[in-house]
Amino acid sequence: MRRARVAYSGAVHDAVVEADGRTLHLADGRTVDESAVVWLPPVQPRTIVALGLNYADHAAELAFKAPDEPLVFLKAPGSLLGHKGVTRRAADANQMHHECELVAVIGRTASKVRREDALDYIGGWTVANDYAIREYLENYYRPNLRVKNRDGCTPIGPWVVDRDDIPNHADLAVRTRVNGKLVQDGSTKNLVFDVPYLVEYLTSFMTLSPGDIILTGTPHGMVFVQPGDVVLTEVEGVGVLENRLVGDNEFYNPGPETAA
Amino acid sequence: MLGQVLLKTPISPAPAWFDLTAARHLAEAGAPLEPPVSGTVYGTVLNVRSQVEQMAEAMTRPPYQAPAQAPVLYIKPPNTFRPHGGVVPVPVEAEELEVNATLAVVMGRSIGRATEAQVMEAVLGYTVAIDVCIPHASLYRPAIRQRCRDGFLPIGPWIVERAAVADPDALEVTVAVNGQRRSRFSTAELVRPTARLLAEISAFSTLHAGDVVLVGLPPDGPRARAGDTVVAEIPTVGRLQCVLQAEGAA
Repeated sequence: MRRARVAYSGAVHDAVVEADGRTLHLADGRTVDESAVVWLPPVQPRTIVALGLNYADHAAELAFKAPDEPLVFLKAPGSLLGHKGVTRRAADANQMHHECELVAVIGRTASKVRREDALDYIGGWTVANDYAIREYLENYYRPNLRVKNRDGCTPIGPWVVDRDDIPNHADLAVRTRVNGKLVQDGSTKNLVFDVPYLVEYLTSFMTLSPGDIILTGTPHGMVFVQPGDVVLTEVEGVGVLENRLVGDNEFYNPGPETAA
Repeated sequence: MLGQVLLKTPISPAPAWFDLTAARHLAEAGAPLEPPVSGTVYGTVLNVRSQVEQMAEAMTRPPYQAPAQAPVLYIKPPNTFRPHGGVVPVPVEAEELEVNATLAVVMGRSIGRATEAQVMEAVLGYTVAIDVCIPHASLYRPAIRQRCRDGFLPIGPWIVERAAVADPDALEVTVAVNGQRRSRFSTAELVRPTARLLAEISAFSTLHAGDVVLVGLPPDGPRARAGDTVVAEIPTVGRLQCVLQAEGAA
């Protein structure tokens, strides 16, 4: 089942999305078309864990060797943005790039979980686009928060797919299309640290709670994005997440087109 | 509300205002309390002059290459929060922990792209934080395994309202381990004073109501071991106590 959160007709609703990706059954019994809703982040985590350099090919692309221990960083909930949202591409962010990622959503309180039990603690899966701006990188707690904790720079969704609806989480295509052109085409089978390992590693020292999320990292293939670009990030079988970039002027002085 | 503090008890759904005298009585009597904060907690390193001076030369070499331009921040997630009187687990792999303390600024309403004056108007108040970590020398990669462990942020006991603190950049922060003073610094030593730090963060991350900013840590924070009692104190803000206990011990 695909579970979404949307704003519709003056309220926020939980919704179940049909296989067509556009028919939404709201929890209150109404059925609406996706053109009538505003998609919200499908999860409301308090802890957002993200991975850097977790695909060997992407690490090589950045001239790093894959790490011996997971390269983990945290984000705040204010960085999240729903499907079809608008992200600011700042005027000085000439090296801003997309990062398509499989996201594991924690389903129940997880502490000191062994990797063989890890999937019992996953509630579902979603997609994130963990944008980065390379101009803002500094070598202190890298990737630093000015790069990775920006308002609305982590689109997520469109929905959460129940865990058991994705039997092969370790063999899913991870793709990005910018203005229709395929630029990133990897597979979760190439994760350096796979989801069970990450759950075991993280919960060995930190308790994760239902709704918390783990962004598992991005494969090779990044291009710098421009205002006006439409970026589709897809994890096979989970969903296709759409985001549009706008320049400073449109972001801070939006016309009717921006909000639509 | 002068003379009142926001205190969270296990039976209250949200922090509630208490008369300071009554709150002191509760805290000293060992009444069960909860952390008075629930939002995102941002910590800051390299924001106390002596820490920057100590690292000045290293910051010109690999892996750092150059001094940091933006505030150097990290996040303490909710699993780290513990109340006044809480227990900090000491992991098996750590002989001792760093128990540095600092001023915590709590936001009362959400604000982004703020000026220094605007951001201070959005501050609810202040509390005390003991920012625990497994000692680590490198600031190159996020120190999640060292800083973000369960119980590694005792915070409280309460939030004093903004007006109760005349100048957040003139507060003395002390740490005592087993009754012996082990460190002191003044928020007058901040590289980016409180308002400037908050304004610079708000330039790229909106500070939301309930979010917290820890203003900075002096270098060489005190060390403590299982069995030790740690007390951090900031006059006019509060006195926060925790106990270290070996992980797994009942």
